[in-house]
Amino acid sequence: MLSAANLFCERDDRVLFQGLNFDIEEGQVLQIVGSNGSGKTTLMRILCGLNDGYKGMISWYGEEISEQIENFYQSLLYIGHRVGVNKVLTPIENLRWGCSLQAQLEDEQLMEALSTVGLRGFEESQCFTLSAGQQQRVSLAKLLVSPAKLWVLDEPFTTLDLRAVQHLENLVAAHADAGGAVMITTHHDLKITNLSKLDLG
Amino acid sequence: MTVGNSTPTSAAFLSTLKRDLLIAYRRKNDVVNPFMFFFIVVSLFPIAISPDADKLGEIAAGVLWIAALLAGMLSMDSLFRADYEDGSLEQLLLSPHPLYFMVLAKNISHWLVSGLPVVLVSPVLAYMLNLPAESYMTLFLTLLLGTPVLSLLGSIGVALTVGLGSRGLILAVITLPMNVPVLITGTLAVQQTLNGATLAFYLAILGAMLLASIALAPLASAAALRISVN
Repeated sequence: MLSAANLFCERDDRVLFQGLNFDIEEGQVLQIVGSNGSGKTTLMRILCGLNDGYKGMISWYGEEISEQIENFYQSLLYIGHRVGVNKVLTPIENLRWGCSLQAQLEDEQLMEALSTVGLRGFEESQCFTLSAGQQQRVSLAKLLVSPAKLWVLDEPFTTLDLRAVQHLENLVAAHADAGGAVMITTHHDLKITNLSKLDLG
Repeated sequence: MTVGNSTPTSAAFLSTLKRDLLIAYRRKNDVVNPFMFFFIVVSLFPIAISPDADKLGEIAAGVLWIAALLAGMLSMDSLFRADYEDGSLEQLLLSPHPLYFMVLAKNISHWLVSGLPVVLVSPVLAYMLNLPAESYMTLFLTLLLGTPVLSLLGSIGVALTVGLGSRGLILAVITLPMNVPVLITGTLAVQQTLNGATLAFYLAILGAMLLASIALAPLASAAALRISVN
């Protein structure tokens, strides 16, 4: 569905990657690996259209991505280092807004998603009272209700406890089984079948 | 996996507007600060210049306009900063809707919270400064049309500078020159209608400025935001 051809990016006169080619197909989980500073986050931001400092071609279902950016964004769920959770809003309010950009959902669905990620009882607490891991969970609740086919997750495991890591790993696997695609950066060893890796060195 | 219906842009617009109003309601500082600033600046003038009613009446319109402009600028910085820092701005940029409407929703919410209270209280402060009674309506209407223009123009500057670590005065340097035409029209309207000019002329100019900035400023802000998150 998403493919990159001959991607080149340099930052501060340092080449991060060049001649990069890859495809992500439905049902695939692509783990981007590489040492710190090798450009994993930059690559993800480039693919999502948040960073335009690159050369090369990115296409979505065979067509250049800028030609159909709305279709692409309708199918994309990106969770970056900064998880997009406002501190003065409650988890349910954050989720309501985050989801409303892509899909119209009932509050019950959102509540259910929040309790699935372990935030039952915290729906109405303002997010600055929650721990970093709990705030991360608010953003991950979006995975449960979003209609997006392509998930782009940048270090989603960093603040999560072991059980939540396991839960998220299962979610990723289930999403791929259901015909979605996932692009993920992490230093964990993912125990997922049909996992492919892209090494940025 | 639950799949809902995809959102029409109008629903996303309303959702963003509601979210921003809710945030403003939770962060009451952002609402009260510009308002208090406006109040304090204006009430210092009689103390510093002269309590003489005639002198104050002459400068009243200018003082109120300058104070409203500065109060607006003071509050501008909060427009995108929290969203930039917590990553919500990226989510906004990645929404499948035209960024124009998303930025416009944020601008409207911001003006309702920081601009409108200043406009509403201006007649009271005008009374304190002994503005001639026949100018109240002029002042109120010009502020009502002019302050949204200041907000919309300011939003461009904020969008450009939101990614900078230390902003300092750069926001003022960018936005003040754009604000000057509004300031001139607003204050001139009050003076000239006292001298017998028709108010409709100035309202038409300010209205044109407002429409032009509604149509164009969010586009510029949207483009600036894309640069800032780069």
